[in-house]
Amino acid sequence: MITPRLRSPLSRAMGLGSAKEGVEHWWAQRVTALALVPLALWFVIVVVELAGADRAAFVDWVRQPLPAIFLVLLLVATFYHAALGLQVVIEDYVEAEALRFGLLVAMRLAAIVFAARGIFAVLKLSLGA
Amino acid sequence: MTSNPRPLSPHLQIYRWQLTSVLSILHRASGVALALGTILLVWWLGAASDGPEAYARVQTFVGSWVGLILLFGWSVALFYHLCNGLRHLWWDTGYGLDLKSVYAGGWAVVAGTAALTLIAWIAGVAHWRG
Repeated sequence: MITPRLRSPLSRAMGLGSAKEGVEHWWAQRVTALALVPLALWFVIVVVELAGADRAAFVDWVRQPLPAIFLVLLLVATFYHAALGLQVVIEDYVEAEALRFGLLVAMRLAAIVFAARGIFAVLKLSLGA
Repeated sequence: MTSNPRPLSPHLQIYRWQLTSVLSILHRASGVALALGTILLVWWLGAASDGPEAYARVQTFVGSWVGLILLFGWSVALFYHLCNGLRHLWWDTGYGLDLKSVYAGGWAVVAGTAALTLIAWIAGVAHWRG
């Protein structure tokens, strides 16, 4: 600690510095990545097995509990992970403050909208008539 | 700005690419591509929940040349991002950061991506036909 006198004990304990945040982004990216390893492999196998199948076969499959749960988990982990990654890309390449802020908000909202649309579709197929 | 004729770096026409930096930028590029590809995933799920006509439209598109090329690109991006992501998670534990391991891991990622893409498409086409 170079200038301990200038930092409050609370600030030192939290250790967050001037960025006002710590390693949450890094951890969330890694944990979602870890979750996506089995989920992505499972999804590829599903797509391969459903290749050429008609809608009836797909609906029969998604009405089982496990596929529906895995699809929802896949959507949540994918869009969370994608939002974290796209955030870094935008922060790295978009210099103009206003444009960067706008893109970050729009990207987050889009991720939530697409995730909600996908989850609703799975739930409708899984629980609906 | 023209007073100093020294070469700029990186000078792209005479730049010698390295596996490490190419794989690094490909990880980001494939991530962005996959993020865009999720729109196709949501479209597929949404169409299935909307009814047979909407689902048939997705199937027609995915079965078209444009759809198949997109699907192929999406599968390559997924397998690459998956393999290289595992490489990143391995690095995060503090291992494999010496030059030799970085190159060995890099080539393993390239081979793994090719192998997984090939296996998935052979299996997919076999299911489609049969």
